[in-house]
Amino acid sequence: MIRFSVNGERIETDLAADTPLLWFLRDNLQMTGTKFGCGMALCGACTVHVNGEPVRSCSTPLSVIAGKRVTTIESIGSSPIGKKVQAAWISEDVVQCGYCQSGQIMSATALLTKNKSPTDAQIDEAMNGNICRCGTYNRVRAAIKVAAGGGVPKPAVPFKKSAAKTNA
Amino acid sequence: MKQLFQTTAPTTRRQFIKASVAATGGLVIGFYLPGAHKLAAAQSAPKPNTTPNAFLRIARDGSVTVQVKHLEFGQGVMTSLPMLVAEELDCDWTKVRAELAPAAPQFAHTMFGMQMTGGSSSVVNSWMQMRTVGATARAMLISAAASKWKVNAADCRTDNGVVIGPAGRKESYGALADAANALAVPENVKLKDAKDFRIIGKPTRRIDAPSKVDGSAKFGLDVTAKMVPNLHTAVVMHPPIFGAKVKRFNADKVKGLPGVTHVIQTANGVAVVAKNFWAAKTGRDLLEVEWDLGPGAKANTADLRKSYRELAQKPGLVAKAGNIDALKSAAKTITAEYEVPFLAHAAMEPLNCTVSIKADSCEIWVGSQFQTVDQGAAAKVAGLKPEQVKLNTMIAGGGFGRRANPASDYIVEAVEIAREAKVPVKTVWTREDDMKGGYYRPMYVHRVTAGVDGAGKIIGWDHTVVGQSIIGGTAFEPMMVKDGIDATSVEGVTDTPYDIPNMQTQLHTTQTGVPVLWWRSVGNTHTAFVMETMMDDLAKAAGKDPVAFRRDHLGKQPRVANVLAMAAEKAGWGTALPAGVARGIAVHESFGSVCAQVAEVSVEKGQIKVRRVVAAIDCGLAVNPLTISAQVESAIVFGLSAALYGQITLKDGVVEQSNFHDYPVLRIADMPKVEVHIVQGGTSPTGVGEPGTPPIAPAVSNAVFALTGKRLRELPFKI
Repeated sequence: MIRFSVNGERIETDLAADTPLLWFLRDNLQMTGTKFGCGMALCGACTVHVNGEPVRSCSTPLSVIAGKRVTTIESIGSSPIGKKVQAAWISEDVVQCGYCQSGQIMSATALLTKNKSPTDAQIDEAMNGNICRCGTYNRVRAAIKVAAGGGVPKPAVPFKKSAAKTNA
Repeated sequence: MKQLFQTTAPTTRRQFIKASVAATGGLVIGFYLPGAHKLAAAQSAPKPNTTPNAFLRIARDGSVTVQVKHLEFGQGVMTSLPMLVAEELDCDWTKVRAELAPAAPQFAHTMFGMQMTGGSSSVVNSWMQMRTVGATARAMLISAAASKWKVNAADCRTDNGVVIGPAGRKESYGALADAANALAVPENVKLKDAKDFRIIGKPTRRIDAPSKVDGSAKFGLDVTAKMVPNLHTAVVMHPPIFGAKVKRFNADKVKGLPGVTHVIQTANGVAVVAKNFWAAKTGRDLLEVEWDLGPGAKANTADLRKSYRELAQKPGLVAKAGNIDALKSAAKTITAEYEVPFLAHAAMEPLNCTVSIKADSCEIWVGSQFQTVDQGAAAKVAGLKPEQVKLNTMIAGGGFGRRANPASDYIVEAVEIAREAKVPVKTVWTREDDMKGGYYRPMYVHRVTAGVDGAGKIIGWDHTVVGQSIIGGTAFEPMMVKDGIDATSVEGVTDTPYDIPNMQTQLHTTQTGVPVLWWRSVGNTHTAFVMETMMDDLAKAAGKDPVAFRRDHLGKQPRVANVLAMAAEKAGWGTALPAGVARGIAVHESFGSVCAQVAEVSVEKGQIKVRRVVAAIDCGLAVNPLTISAQVESAIVFGLSAALYGQITLKDGVVEQSNFHDYPVLRIADMPKVEVHIVQGGTSPTGVGEPGTPPIAPAVSNAVFALTGKRLRELPFKI
């Protein structure tokens, strides 16, 4: 029996200890926000936090997380930094297909939790494991700076007359 | 049961349908073309549900739901198509929602007659259609208000989701929706003048963004047993070589594995079905399969390179005739060969497809660019009629052409497995399965001889293309292959905007056994590389500046010349750069749009470093500038990944790459600064998703040439 927590909920499982955390989250808990991209810790789509550290869940067996705290994209918005990161992702219109963005946001939140105002080189280092085939990297960088408080959020451009705010 | 579709007589080219749904109420607008109209009317009345096959629903609470007929896979159709509707509907944008439409005849592409996403045409083909949907609903809401108030409709106007009548009367769209739904659908509604647009043309954040930052967006891979009870997962062992067949297999090690439920031989491999992915994948990896390898085992990239280069020197089919004898009088001529490799699409979301088959129906959940094609293919395999197959369109994690397969390979396979397993099945391709699974951008070799006269003008161009046909052998062949010439093999050459006299283009269409497919910008991926690097070489031969030389050959193409000039100006063309940095420029027209790019490049530790890219695009009327700049950035990164790293190679028929370690793609640390400038103007939109990809590889090659004098004519670049 392996015991750990996911987003504050206690988990006990008798699954094989070599089962990757990713597939436990996706298939057993049916929490599908954490994505499968490569299965080899090469692309970062599956990034979650284990005791606050970013890890690639596709290559993290359950045995490694026994007794630890797992945080996923589904609950990252409940941390103040995670919430800021999500808001910056929307203000900078980062996402395209969106498939890698759970992992990008988890990596960015881990970075900003440790380093309140990362340099470009530190952003490169923290985010280089997260592939985006849509090529949203410059907006990822801009959003990290906005979330860090050092960047300027793009204003939502209001439509003429009384019409709507944009979808922020 | 209340009739779902109330049809009007088909007296005009376009037909609107009201679909009223007792359960939800409100106003519901569908839209049929004549052919589809008959087809739909002939069907027995579908069962009512909460999502009728209509483009637009206005609920009593005022929410406006647009069903988007195209696949959302990053290009932003879940925002841009609702913008078109909302503009004419004059509704409150904050109340607009978007859903992806299932496969259905009324959701056909207005130019291609089938439901599909490709050719950078989603907004282009929806431009009038979606605006008309919005304008029609608005007219009905005004009529409903006018008759309630007993005033003339002409005395009413709308503002942000409210109808306003004489004496300041007001009623919200939600409150009018039921009454509007009882009215006849008007024909020939008037659309707005562009000067009155308040949504179209405004940078608009994506509707789908909130669901993509909290993990709640459902991609195809995210279909779970919550949505499809008793869902199983299948992982398939595909042939190691294209065309190989299963001779026999041994599943002894697989059958006892916890969670494994079935082992099934399919037309293209052996599937292990299990209660979850990890069990299925573990089982798949333990299968022992003996293959009949077939002729595919002889395919080697090295041999293909050699044979393609030999063919390039022989006469081929003439795609464009010209008097190349004129080259004899050239002051200077250049002959060069170019080579580009097979490329995988490598979308972030690996291929997958969920299928549930019952006695007289089949339901599919998939991120598909070819919904009605895939629906038809699935029906054949399931032994059903297309209308018995419900294909739900799921958000896709990229696609780049791979999800638009005329062979419907990953859909057909999933249906086959679900049919045999007799349980609902989700197939999941691993990254390795996806990368080794074929349907690549074809490998090509080009050979060009071109010359300039003493005045620095091009006087002849002899161009030969060698490579596989993407279209040949598919259902599109009758439309897109003429006299043996696949238009996608030579697009970007034969239709060059440059004023080139005496231009001849020949084509050798090869057969390799490697499945090929369109890949973001299709033929332009390689033709732009060749055209725009040769233009640079000719500029040098003529002693001209690369921008001036291009402009000199664009006298009849003011739109192309304008975009070229804009990119050059914004990039500071001709101004000083730091030591060790040089610029290169390229411009290319594709999908109705023109994109020019200036790349600033250095070479550091033997590696090309692209520091900055300045892009200009003329995509006609810009519907959502925020998405357009995102798409151009995206297209540049996609092209740059291929130019710097991308290649699929074969050794004895086996694909040598498998995952992102040996098929690298651009990462954030190598991301250049990108500026996108959009040419304002145009009266209707042209393509956006793809035109940004073709110019980047030649722009980088041209910059490296300017920096080092070395001309790179093979992709990926080796310096």
